[in-house]
Amino acid sequence: MEKFTRLCAIAVPPWRENVDTDALVRVERLFGAVPRNELGPYCFESWRYLPDRSENPDFILNQPPYREAQILLAGANFGCGSSREGAVWALAGQGIRCVIAPSFGDIFRNNCFQNGLLPVEMDFARIEAIARQVEADPAANRITVDLTQNAVIAPDGSRTAFRIPELRREALLEGLDEIELTLKREAQIAAFQARDAVRRPWIYQQ
Amino acid sequence: MAETLFDRIWNEHVVADLKDGFALLHVDRHLMHDGGGQNLLMLRKRGYQVRNPELTFATADHTISTTPGRADTNANGVRCLNDLRAETKDRNIRLFDIGDPGQGIVHVIGPEQGLSLPGALIVCGDSHTCTHGAMGALAFGIGATECLHVAATQTLVQRRPKTMRVNFAGIAPQGITAKDMILHVIGQLGTAGGSGYAVEYAGAAIRALEIEGRLTLCNLSIELGAKIGMIAPDDKTYAYLHGRPLAPKGALWDQALAYWRTLPTDAEAVFDREITLDVSAIAPQITWGTSPEHVIGIDERIPDPAGVADASRRRAMQAALAYMDLRAGEPIKGTKIDWVFIGSCTNSRLSDLRAAAGVVRGHKVAAHVHAWVVPGSETVKREAEAEGLDRIFLDAGFEWRDPGCSMCLAANGETVPRGQRSVSTSNRNFVGRQGPGARTHLASPAMAAAAALAGSIADVRQPGAK
Ligand code: SF4
Repeated sequence: MEKFTRLCAIAVPPWRENVDTDALVRVERLFGAVPRNELGPYCFESWRYLPDRSENPDFILNQPPYREAQILLAGANFGCGSSREGAVWALAGQGIRCVIAPSFGDIFRNNCFQNGLLPVEMDFARIEAIARQVEADPAANRITVDLTQNAVIAPDGSRTAFRIPELRREALLEGLDEIELTLKREAQIAAFQARDAVRRPWIYQQ
Repeated sequence: MAETLFDRIWNEHVVADLKDGFALLHVDRHLMHDGGGQNLLMLRKRGYQVRNPELTFATADHTISTTPGRADTNANGVRCLNDLRAETKDRNIRLFDIGDPGQGIVHVIGPEQGLSLPGALIVCGDSHTCTHGAMGALAFGIGATECLHVAATQTLVQRRPKTMRVNFAGIAPQGITAKDMILHVIGQLGTAGGSGYAVEYAGAAIRALEIEGRLTLCNLSIELGAKIGMIAPDDKTYAYLHGRPLAPKGALWDQALAYWRTLPTDAEAVFDREITLDVSAIAPQITWGTSPEHVIGIDERIPDPAGVADASRRRAMQAALAYMDLRAGEPIKGTKIDWVFIGSCTNSRLSDLRAAAGVVRGHKVAAHVHAWVVPGSETVKREAEAEGLDRIFLDAGFEWRDPGCSMCLAANGETVPRGQRSVSTSNRNFVGRQGPGARTHLASPAMAAAAALAGSIADVRQPGAK
C-alpha cells in the first residue's frame, strides 16, 4: 500500500453533503469494465460530464486550478452508500490523497485505509473556514495534511489537530499490508476455529 | 454484565484484540455476488488461497440480465459470470448458478437458503449485507480489499462501532409496511443518523413484523448511515429458518436453537444512543430528492430548501429539486411517472410481490408507464408463479422478469432513461443510480403498484388511487 506521511496540496471546497459512492464512480465502470488504475477519468462522472460527454464547466473539479487538487474538503457523510471500492480507486486516479469531512460512510472510510487515502474528520465550521481561505486564491493557498503530527495546517498557518486510530495511522505511515499481518496469526485463527467448532458446530457443518 | 445482541455476537467472534477498539473477527459466512470472480482473480494474482471455501457461498445477481432467458447479458456481465463460475469451481466454493433454486440477489438468498443464521458473523462485498441482521446476525458490507482479507484468512480487522437502539413505539396503521417505517426513520434521523453505530431495531412494531418485513427494514440500515442493522431473533425467526436447505438439522438444530435463544439483548443493557419513534401516525412514505433522507408522507408537500438554515443541506436540497425537476411547495401526489420497478434486495420477496399484486389485481398499468417486476430469487419466482402472481402482473401490463438486481443499480443496461421518472421499491435514489439522468422515487411495493396503475405518484390508501 502507498504510504501517507505529509501532503501539501491544492484543496477543493465542499459542494454538498451526502456525496455517495455512486456519484464517485458509476456502476458501468465497475465489475472489471475499467481496470482499477484507470478509473480516474470516471471520478464524479455524473456531475463531471454533460450528456454529450463534454466536460461540464460548472463542475468544480473541471476548473483550474482545482483540476490539480489532491485534497477534498467535503460535507457530512462523504462516501455514503454502496461499498464499491472503485469509489476510492477513482478518487485516487483523480489524484486525491486526502478527504476532509465532518463524517464518512463507514465502509468508504475502511476502503480509504486499504488504499493509502487518508480520511480526516473535522468539524464542518472549521472546514468552511479553511475553504474560504482556499477560495481566495486556490492555487496559492494550499493545505498541509501532516499525518506524522496528526494535524491539518490551513493556508493562514493555523493548525487543526485530528484524531485517527493508531492502528490505521501506523499502517498509512508505514504502508503496511493488512492481509500479510493477519496471515502471521494463522495459529490463532486455527485455534479459534477449533474452539468455536465445538461451541457452534452448526456454523461449520451444513 | 448486561450485554446487547451486538455485544454478544461481536465478543464471540474476536480472534485477537488489536487494541484501540479494533479486533480481528472471525467470519462465519462470506457471501459473494458476481463481483466475486474479480476478487478471486485478484486473490490469485496475489498468490493467496481461499482459507475456508466451505464457509464461502456465491451467486450471480448484479451484472446478469433479468430479461426472461437472460440472452442479452452484456459482454462484461458474461465475463463476470464466467470468471465467477471458473473461480468458484476451482476453489470449491458453492455457487448458486442461474437456474438453481438458490440463485438470486445475495441478500435474498442468504436467509432463504438458511445460510444467514442468528449469532453468525456474515460479510459480503456489498453494503446491503446489513439485511441479514434481521435474522439476528451481525452482518455488514465490506470493500474489495477486505473481501480478499476474508477469503485469505477467514477473518477481518474491524473497529468496534458504537451501539444504538431504535425503538418503534405504537402499532403501524393498516397498509404501513416495513419500508415506510424505515424510510420514516431515515427522514427523521438523516442518512448519517446511524453513522458509526451498530443499530438494533426493537419494539412492538418490530415484533409484529414477519421475517421478510424485518429483512426490508434492516436492508435500509446503510441508508441510515449504519453498516450494521439487526433485530433480535425470536420464534418467528426460528420458524422461518426451520427446514431451510442449509439451516442446521436434527440434533444440530436443537443445539443451535438453544444457543440462539441466549442472544437477545439483556433488559438492563445500555446503548450509546437510544431513539424512540412512534409509528402509529405515519403515512406511506415516498422520496422526493436524491438522498433517502429526502422523504415525505404521500399526503405532504415537497419541502422548501429556503427554510433550511444549514447551507450545505440547503444546497443539496436545491440541487436535488433541480435534478428531480420538482418544485418546492407542491404536492408530491399526482406527479407523473414513466417507470415502475418492483424488485431489489429491499422489496422482492414473496410477501412484497403479494402486496403489489393485491393492488394490481384486475387493473391495468397506465398506458405511458413501463412497469417491471423482478423477483429476488429463483425460489421467489417459482413460488410466485405457483400462486399465479405472475399472471396478475402480466395481465395488468407489467413485465415479469428473471431474478437479479436489475434496475436497482442499472448494470447490464437495465436503466431508466435520462430525464424519466420512476417509482422504485429499491433503496437508493442517488443521482444517476437507475441510469444517467434517471429520477427515482423510493416507496413500498404497494405504493409502486398504485403508481403504475395511476401513471403518477398515488396514495395506495385511497380508493381510486389506482
Ligand atoms: S438489489 Fe440493488 S442494493 Fe441490493 S444487492 Fe443488488 S444492486 Fe445492491
